[in-house]
Amino acid sequence: MTQLALVIDLNVCVGCSACVTSCKEWNTSGSAGPLVDERPYGENPTGTFFNRVQTYEMGTFPNSETMHFPKSCLHCEDPPCVPVCPTGASYKRKEDGIVLVDYDKCIGCKYCSWACPYGAREIDEKQKVMKKCTLCVDRIYDMTMPEADRKPSCVKACPTSARLFGDIHDPESEVSQAIREDGGYALMPEWGTHPSNHYLPRRKTKMKIHADELERADNPLKLDQQLPKPDKDQSTLDDASAW
Amino acid sequence: MKPAFSVIFLTTLIGAAQGLFLALFTHQSYALFGLLPMQSDDFYGYGTLIVLALLAAGLVASFFHLGRPERAWRAATQWRTSWLSREVIVLPAFMGVAFLFGVSHLFGIRPEIVTLPSGMVIDLSVILGAAGTLLAFALFVCTAMIYACLRFLREWHSPLTVINYILMGGSSGFVLAAFYAASFAPDQADFFAGWAIIITILALIGRAASLFRNARLKPTSTIQTAIGVKHPQITQRSMGAMGGSFNTREFFHGKSAGFLRAIKPAFLLLGFVLPLVLLALGLFTPALLGLAFILQYAGLLAERWFFFAQANHPQNLYYQTIG
Amino acid sequence: MPSTPLHDPLAPPVAGATTEIKKTTCYMCACRCGIRVHLRNGEVRYIDGNPDHPLNGGVICAKGSSGIMKQYSPARLTKPLRRKPGSERGAGEFEEISWEETFSILAERLGKLRATDPKKFALFTGRDQMQALTGMFARQFGTPNYAAHGGFCSVNMAAGMIYTIGGSFWEFGGPDLERSKLFIMIGTAEDHHSNPLKVALSKFKREGGRFISINPVRTGYSAIADEWVPIRPGTDGALFLAIIHELIELGLYDREFLVRYTNSGQLVNLDAEHDEFGMFVRTEVPEEEGCYDPQNKLWWDRNTNKPVVTHTEGADPFLRGEFKLSDGTPVKPAFQLLKERVAEYTPEWAEGVTGISADTIRRLAHEMGITARDQKIELPIAWTDSWGKEHSSVTGNPVAFHAMRGLAAHSNGFHTIRALSILMTLLGTIDRPGGFRHKPPFPRPIPPCARPPNDPRAVQPNTPLDGMPLGWPADPDDLFVDKEGEPVRIDKGFSWEYPLSAHGLMHNVITNAWRGDPYKIDTLLLFMANMAWNSTMNTSEVRKMLTDKDENGEYKIPNIVVCDAFHSETTAFADLILPDTTYLERHDVMSMLDRPISEFDGPVDSVRIPVMPRTGECRPFQEVLIELGTRLKLPAFVTADGTRKYRDYPDFIVNWETAPGSGIGFLSGWRGKGGEKSMKGEPNPNQWEMYAKNDCVHHEVLPRSYQFMRNWNKGYLEWSQRNGITRYSEPILIHLYSEVMQKFRLAAQGKSITRQPPKHLAKRVETYFDPLPFYYEPLETQASDKQKYPLSAVTQRPMAMYHSWDSQNAWLRQIHAHNYLYVNAQTAKNAGIADGDWIWCESQWGKVRCMARYSESVEPGTVWTWNAIGKAAGAWNLTPDANESQQGFLLNHLISEELPKQADGSRFSNSDPITGQAAWYDVRVRIYKAEAGEPTQTSPQFPPMKQYPGMKQAPSWLAYFGGGKKKGGAK
Ligand SMILES: Nc1nc2c(c(=O)[nH]1)N[C@H]1C(S)=C(S)[C@@H](COP(=O)(O)OP(=O)(O)OC[C@H]3O[C@@H](n4cnc5c(=O)[nH]c(N)nc54)[C@H](O)[C@@H]3O)O[C@H]1N2
Ligand SMILES: Nc1nc2c(c(=O)[nH]1)N[C@H]1C(S)=C(S)[C@@H](COP(=O)(O)OP(=O)(O)OC[C@H]3O[C@@H](n4cnc5c(=O)[nH]c(N)nc54)[C@H](O)[C@@H]3O)O[C@H]1N2
Ligand code: SF4
Ligand code: SF4
Ligand code: SF4
Ligand code: SF4
Ligand code: SF4
Ligand SMILES: [Mo]
Repeated sequence: MTQLALVIDLNVCVGCSACVTSCKEWNTSGSAGPLVDERPYGENPTGTFFNRVQTYEMGTFPNSETMHFPKSCLHCEDPPCVPVCPTGASYKRKEDGIVLVDYDKCIGCKYCSWACPYGAREIDEKQKVMKKCTLCVDRIYDMTMPEADRKPSCVKACPTSARLFGDIHDPESEVSQAIREDGGYALMPEWGTHPSNHYLPRRKTKMKIHADELERADNPLKLDQQLPKPDKDQSTLDDASAW
Repeated sequence: MKPAFSVIFLTTLIGAAQGLFLALFTHQSYALFGLLPMQSDDFYGYGTLIVLALLAAGLVASFFHLGRPERAWRAATQWRTSWLSREVIVLPAFMGVAFLFGVSHLFGIRPEIVTLPSGMVIDLSVILGAAGTLLAFALFVCTAMIYACLRFLREWHSPLTVINYILMGGSSGFVLAAFYAASFAPDQADFFAGWAIIITILALIGRAASLFRNARLKPTSTIQTAIGVKHPQITQRSMGAMGGSFNTREFFHGKSAGFLRAIKPAFLLLGFVLPLVLLALGLFTPALLGLAFILQYAGLLAERWFFFAQANHPQNLYYQTIG
Repeated sequence: MPSTPLHDPLAPPVAGATTEIKKTTCYMCACRCGIRVHLRNGEVRYIDGNPDHPLNGGVICAKGSSGIMKQYSPARLTKPLRRKPGSERGAGEFEEISWEETFSILAERLGKLRATDPKKFALFTGRDQMQALTGMFARQFGTPNYAAHGGFCSVNMAAGMIYTIGGSFWEFGGPDLERSKLFIMIGTAEDHHSNPLKVALSKFKREGGRFISINPVRTGYSAIADEWVPIRPGTDGALFLAIIHELIELGLYDREFLVRYTNSGQLVNLDAEHDEFGMFVRTEVPEEEGCYDPQNKLWWDRNTNKPVVTHTEGADPFLRGEFKLSDGTPVKPAFQLLKERVAEYTPEWAEGVTGISADTIRRLAHEMGITARDQKIELPIAWTDSWGKEHSSVTGNPVAFHAMRGLAAHSNGFHTIRALSILMTLLGTIDRPGGFRHKPPFPRPIPPCARPPNDPRAVQPNTPLDGMPLGWPADPDDLFVDKEGEPVRIDKGFSWEYPLSAHGLMHNVITNAWRGDPYKIDTLLLFMANMAWNSTMNTSEVRKMLTDKDENGEYKIPNIVVCDAFHSETTAFADLILPDTTYLERHDVMSMLDRPISEFDGPVDSVRIPVMPRTGECRPFQEVLIELGTRLKLPAFVTADGTRKYRDYPDFIVNWETAPGSGIGFLSGWRGKGGEKSMKGEPNPNQWEMYAKNDCVHHEVLPRSYQFMRNWNKGYLEWSQRNGITRYSEPILIHLYSEVMQKFRLAAQGKSITRQPPKHLAKRVETYFDPLPFYYEPLETQASDKQKYPLSAVTQRPMAMYHSWDSQNAWLRQIHAHNYLYVNAQTAKNAGIADGDWIWCESQWGKVRCMARYSESVEPGTVWTWNAIGKAAGAWNLTPDANESQQGFLLNHLISEELPKQADGSRFSNSDPITGQAAWYDVRVRIYKAEAGEPTQTSPQFPPMKQYPGMKQAPSWLAYFGGGKKKGGAK
């Protein structure tokens, strides 16, 4: 069985928010659209986004780290948002595991959003239906697009390619490999939701310097050393020896 | 969570309705066994009209919660998995049965169904009353389970939620019944008041127990599990939406901790202690019992507000700082 | 179980729509990525990166993805506007006029100025990409008063590196992260190479490269650094000098590289009595005609222990020691002087200045030195150096650096950047794999050949300026001053105050014009510059200057014309507003004559081709310039008999040549009649179509052997010369020791045969024109009471916003609706400030009220905020209660464009004393809690700006659905 998902590499994410607006841009005119904005030019502008990037700081200065953290629907394998939906509008696709909302069934009761521990769903305040990341289902299967484009908008946009997309049930896939080899983890594992999206942790490259590397025979200083040239009149062994 | 007034009214109104229905049918059952004087059909019938009125008001309130009320019928389709869907089915079913119960009384349509060997005659209203009772309990369970089934809302995820919904609904229904009886059948008021006292005390115990439990909850999800970083000191600098978002509107009550602290004694007082005091006075005048009901209802509104506000959604971990 | 969905997520949301994909170049920022604009029924449905584009290879950023909201922004200007007669400037009362009227007003006024005193017309442009055209227009007009944003942006970076290695970061070169092992990023938040840098950085990290960030703040790129080195602002020079000290001390430098490719071994005359003191000793080899460095200096050969001409076959110079020439002149190799210079710059000393421990400084030096030495790269690429020596391979040392405004925007930036360039040079990493790589048309001779005019007579009525308005002075005779040594330019560029101000000093234009110092002007034309807000220092005062009147009730700056596409703060101060198109509506060129998008492997230029019809009466500024130039009969735009030469801008781009028949024009691709030539060739009438067919890009990939060591790569330099990129093909030796600087110093010491500075400036020039880098405290810091103002305040670019122009963008402004002042949590607590408190941030120049945010990712002595998020109320067609103006703030109110008064009452610009680079990041502040009763609102506030005729009403809901039916919600 296929389970499509995103794997987000926190090791390279610089928090640029390209994934945020490219997602908004694709989806507002796509099958989930429009993604409305309230007070777009006024006080506290607020709109529907399927993906947001947050920033966290760890530790205290100077031993602190800054981490950027993009979050969208995690397409849980056991999504608590689905069974609670009274209308069946919230569903998980059998064929690829994408969790979707059927906008024509949804009554906007928001119950599914309560059932999602990750805050991944947002009501559309104008259409009054629940919306969320669709994994760009209307891109990835759009055969009118060249294959290279059949990826989520955020994945294509991401300048650091921090967003990988693929089938986490296929052990050969790029995403499965990344999860396996780079320590991919799930958010809030304690709830047994089994999020399909995974995150790859920070990895540090350190440098070890060995003492001998600082003292070398080929030190260029030697070449430029002008060794003192003693006076010719100075006393030498010649003056005292008898060979 | 952000308390939604539609849901606060829905749950408190139908709770009282269910309670009142239970009170009325309890009375009828007592009377059936001859433990109490059977009241007129009008007494049960008009009482049921109040039940229906409360249910209807609750239903209306609930529609305010829906973005797309015109599609509300769809909510009945997922009874296999969704407590909300079950509620959506049980609520009208209960309304229907209550309606029939009322009709059977008001129009005296009480054909005899069976006569028990003891000679007790079971007529249609009794059957409907029994069915209504079952549905009322089912409705309590459905409503409460909507909240209690959400595992990560730890404040709700407890049998106490179901018990308390039953007890608080029951309490307010019996207080209302006492008031109703005081007005139309004064000699029956003490029966209802007596039960009201018992249920209210139980409700108080139940609610106190849940407060006690909730005060001791340690959050299962932490910022560490939320973002998957083990560091002991993690602070959010930016949530990625400066003008707010659905996440900041729906899951935060937006009131100060002080307000929350003040609301708790207020609802305990209004919803439980004062009604008990008024009932305990033993002066079952319509005025006093009416006052008891009104105070209690206000208290239960506050209780319900607090019920939502106190629930700390794990998603809130992701929405701490505007930056 | 869920039944079948009603909503088919795979069905096309708009049935039967016509769709189209057009390619052009993004301009949501200056990075110039290739984009594809997807249109549906003629509306923009989606903008993504063009996968075939060399710059971004298909990725796109937050801004680029939000282009739709710029195109349809309600802040757009759509009509030419004139300040209502009788209304006050700044009040924002405008009336529509026609373009015809606009042109006749302009042509009449400018015509008069040109016929009398062309200096009275000043043209300054902001973050634009068409300086080749705007500069040419100014020159044709005959005014010296032209510059773009470079002077307030990063000219220190350009000049500091170009005067040292002949190329620079910024758009001219960068780190070769593909092959690097150790990458040190300094003072960079976002950079001009926005997407490509991100792409490269992530690949670098994935491949296990080690990434160190030196920055007082840890955000963005620094967040993913393996190590963050917090530094006190303005002290990087001390750090680099200490690292150089340590590298020399341990011999961790690339001696071979220094010997052959730099002036390290060249002998400096140290006879204090000599006119040529501090200059390289030269042999009799006759000096060549030309603008730079003949190869006639001396080495002291180790083998023969004698002076020899540099690069003598078989010779190997001493880099250290002191020698006496046969005539008794004491000399030392340049490297020896550098060694002596850094002797006192020990890591311990630097620790006290920078706040970085001496151990860390040493370790940084060791990491750099050892990686450079021990992880050598060798590529099997044969090449020939300028001295004819064949090399069978290209080698490199995999330590790369990148730095930007964290170094540039300080008044000691030039020397800091020289120190960095020298550090990179010592490590042997210039135009070598894994190090710094040039991008054509760089490297260029040191300094590049373009010179500003050097005589007031270059400005004549009805005559083009005699020389380019901007250039690279090589000695005091290149300054643009009069006989008294007074500046000719309104911004005092190329004067003794800021001699190497290669990009002008736009930040002083308004103040100088207002004061009439050095003279009064008549018309100030601002293009794409928000000079009444975020690109000016001292914003509150400058806004007053723009409306200030003289005794006669006339505006001190009589006429202000603004070309903008949006409702910016500056438009309110215009007498005439020229509504520009957006980037999706016009032709543009990113030309080799300006700042092309070249790659390490060869020159690349690109174009923009309209994908949308123009909105309202918007007209591209290029068209405006050509029309105006034609009406004013500027020689470049009319034929000999005064008739129009170019139909429009595209026509101009295709047919204009630098000189008749030169074959060099704005675009290098598909030249020649049939488009068969590259770089040079006759105009090709179908050039635009060919660009259109090729992703709007022309990329000339150089042969591999021309891709490295280009300062000294014979093949490359001759190719560059043949193609008219440079005039000379001599090797470009790295100036470890700068004779250019020494020439100015000698002049200041009264020792030169060149011009000499006026007395009151002699000391300044002598001090700062040091041929070797040295560390001094930033000028404003020197002039601040550091007890009273203990903190440094800096800004950073947010990745999801471009300067001031994205607050109109409904999507981007949700990410940055307002800004906070980020303060180290401990610093804030010590000041009694809680997270989120309203505070005052005060400098010696002014104060702003803003909100504080704790952070652990900022050095305790620094506070910072996102740049240009704060807005004036009502600007950008935002509601007056919008976050930007109520909670957002602008740090610029605290930053002065001038330093405190000198003893004689005169004031220097708050700039680097060498280049005139605006010293944004030198300001010192203190912070304290706002009083309890104060309004929770940013201060200062300005009366809300009005909407102008032709602007759309800003909707209260937006439900954008490109080219389709809008389900729910108003659009
Ligand atoms: N998204 C976006 N991209 C942009 C722009 C934009 O507005 N938005 N603007 C473009 C323009 S015009 C420019 S000039 C470039 C500028 O690109 P950058 O040079 O990256 O711009 P700044 O944001 O000024 O970054 C300055 C950095 O230097 C640090 N800093 C300040 N003082 C010091 C110091 O003394 N030492 C060190 N080591 N660091 C210091 C600051 O903390 C900050 O991180 O960006 C371009 N790209
Ligand atoms: N405090 C502080 N101030 C700074 C800096 C800092 O780091 N700190 N950085 C400085 C630097 S490096 C720079 S480059 C400047 C940038 O400052 P500016 O060059 O002033 O940049 P913007 O604010 O983007 O303003 C440019 C103007 O161009 C307009 N515009 C946008 N698109 C178009 C178009 O297509 N056509 C026309 N005609 N106009 C258009 C916008 O509406 C805006 O009014 O800011 C400087 N100011
Ligand atoms: S686009 Fe990529 S780098 Fe940028 S915030 Fe999103 S995941 Fe991070
Ligand atoms: S992240 Fe939330 S919305 Fe998405 S599948 Fe999981 S529970 Fe459902
Ligand atoms: S909001 Fe829509 S999708 Fe969510 S539970 Fe209600 S009906 Fe289902
Ligand atoms: S997969 Fe598509 S819908 Fe989901 S966050 Fe990415 S762009 Fe948005
Ligand atoms: S980096 Fe600049 S040019 Fe490139 S996509 Fe982003 S805004 Fe456009
Ligand atoms: Mo800039």
